Amino acid sequence: MTVTLFIPCFMDALFPRAGISMVEILERLGHRVVCPEEIACCGQPPFNSGYWDEARTIAAPVLEKLKDAEVVVIGSGSCGAMIKKFYPELFKDKPHAKLAKQVAARTWEFSDFLVSKLGVTDLGAKFRHKVTFHDGCHGLRELGIKTAPRALLGKVNGLKFVEMKEESCCGFGGTFSAKFPMISTAMGEVKCAAAAETGADYIVSNDSSCLMHIQGLLSRQGSKLKTIHLAEVLNQQ
Amino acid sequence: MSFVSQFKTLASEKTRDLRHRQVIRTALRSYEVVRDKRKAAFQSWESARQAAAETKWEAINHLDTHLEALVAKLEARGTKVHWASNGVQAREIIAQILRDKKARSIIKSKAMTSEEIHLNRALEKEGFTVVESDLGEFIVQLRHEPPYHIVFPSMHLTRGEIKDLFQKELGDAPSDSPEELTMVARRVMRQKYITADVGFTGANFAIAETGMISITENEGNARLTAALPKTMITLLGIEKVLPRFADLALFLPMLATAGAGQPMTCYNTMYSGPRQPGECDGPEEWHVVLLDNRRTELLADAEQRDALHCIRCGACLNVCPIFRNVGGHTYGTTYSGPIGAVITPHLRGLQEWKHLSNASSLCGACTEACPVKIDLHHHLLQNRRNASAAEPAFFERLAYQIFGIVVNEPIFWSLAKKIGWLTQPLQKAVKGSALDPAKAWTKTRDLPPQPRESFKDWWRNRK
Repeated sequence: MTVTLFIPCFMDALFPRAGISMVEILERLGHRVVCPEEIACCGQPPFNSGYWDEARTIAAPVLEKLKDAEVVVIGSGSCGAMIKKFYPELFKDKPHAKLAKQVAARTWEFSDFLVSKLGVTDLGAKFRHKVTFHDGCHGLRELGIKTAPRALLGKVNGLKFVEMKEESCCGFGGTFSAKFPMISTAMGEVKCAAAAETGADYIVSNDSSCLMHIQGLLSRQGSKLKTIHLAEVLNQQ
Repeated sequence: MSFVSQFKTLASEKTRDLRHRQVIRTALRSYEVVRDKRKAAFQSWESARQAAAETKWEAINHLDTHLEALVAKLEARGTKVHWASNGVQAREIIAQILRDKKARSIIKSKAMTSEEIHLNRALEKEGFTVVESDLGEFIVQLRHEPPYHIVFPSMHLTRGEIKDLFQKELGDAPSDSPEELTMVARRVMRQKYITADVGFTGANFAIAETGMISITENEGNARLTAALPKTMITLLGIEKVLPRFADLALFLPMLATAGAGQPMTCYNTMYSGPRQPGECDGPEEWHVVLLDNRRTELLADAEQRDALHCIRCGACLNVCPIFRNVGGHTYGTTYSGPIGAVITPHLRGLQEWKHLSNASSLCGACTEACPVKIDLHHHLLQNRRNASAAEPAFFERLAYQIFGIVVNEPIFWSLAKKIGWLTQPLQKAVKGSALDPAKAWTKTRDLPPQPRESFKDWWRNRK
């Protein structure tokens, strides 16, 4: 299968290891990976702020470039939800309406793609640490992805998995984190405390944007707890 | 101070108040535990939600016929029905009834709709004495503050604070035991029931089929409020209507479960009219005031009409991480939390209240919790869209236009990444200061280090 990778803007600039891990995993599974270099962003920041015209300016060329993709795979539940769930909404009654629905149907979040589409859970990974998992809200509630990442982590050699007692948003929320930093930070503190309570070494997530927020707080707090993208864990051989 | 700066100031204060955050979080975490236990008692909670959503859809999408049926039944048994387009009209209707009855004191059971129209303040201004009979409402009334939460009005207070309040205001607080404090309140209140000229209630549901008002409560105070005074007034929003009596079989346990994690609220009473000939008790006169107050404008908005499904259970507030951290009073509205953030811009002005729709990470916990399946967090997105379309913020829109040009053009995007990488030492130097463009972030959080090689660089080199 030819897999078209969508690398979100922040993953491209700040977390390239997550993207590289996805490429290596998919290639090891025998798939051809392509990555349209001219795609940088899904348009979620203006969309979430209510600037839908500006969001369409970014999203329409993305749709054009993904037109012929067999499957589109994204290492972020948030950007995945943008394409799968919100593109059809954004382009409702617009010229790209049909294309938006077609591309949405062919788009997968990375862990869901591995488990539900490819039927793979054991990637032969080794990661000798205690980890907990953070569900990004978009992946969890917009796309309904909860079991796939846990199934994948369950097959990682040496990995000890522990759930957090409380399921809650990390407080990132895109521009929300800058518009209402006090609320965003308070929410993040609740998340970090829940993760620390597990005694894990790592917080794993399928969303780099949540991890960026959590890591930003942990690092300021001087915590030893680290964050890592799911793809990077699965790529540890 | 504008509503948005007031919100931000209070949000900053409340998020810094770790004790307050802990009190609210602990209370709502234990709510979650009992709620989940009660949910499990349903054969299928999800099917119950679906059925409730469909019933409310039917009620709201045929609101005109249901309201007419309700009013015809109420009037047939001698109830006087009043229609109020807004708060001013509703307050005047209620004040006129009180004047006609030469009333002086009013005993009230819990009614958020009366908070919405600021009824107590208006009545007190005219010289009427108003006493809240719901214990939580009684406590916040003594503190001269609005309810903190639509279902738990005084959840932000500890028993010690309530003891001190009773000591100061009532001169009686033997200990901080909830039982003893309740007895103090009861002694005060029982006298008020007897001397009150008029009883005032809200409503949880209005049954079109039978012409009944259904009131749900845990303390028996609404029953006393409705039964003892000679005149009874009930105020309700027009969205409270349910088509059939049998619908209560679903809605009463649903409201109790979603709202408080109870199997059923302790007292559920259906009122169908004033005292009928031959009956020995009940009010001699019953006035029902139906309030619009811009609900019909929300009804006209097909996209967000389902916000009128709300049964005011408070489930969305209870699970909301924003509510849990900023608390109820920060919103500055009668209806706080996610439902308040959705409907306040409709009820009180989009531009003045859009900040409530912006103050959300869009996590969707509210939508998942809502027993009548209101698409709450997506309505926040729609409010944002409507607000930006009507009055775009010049610099914000410009920023997104520039952002669009940068991400759409690979050369610009590469350049932006290069600049980001090159200016990293500079970012460290200004971190958190007034010169830092990312101050809102860096004040409490570190920025991730940016590697020299981006993913796209790696991809290009590899090929």
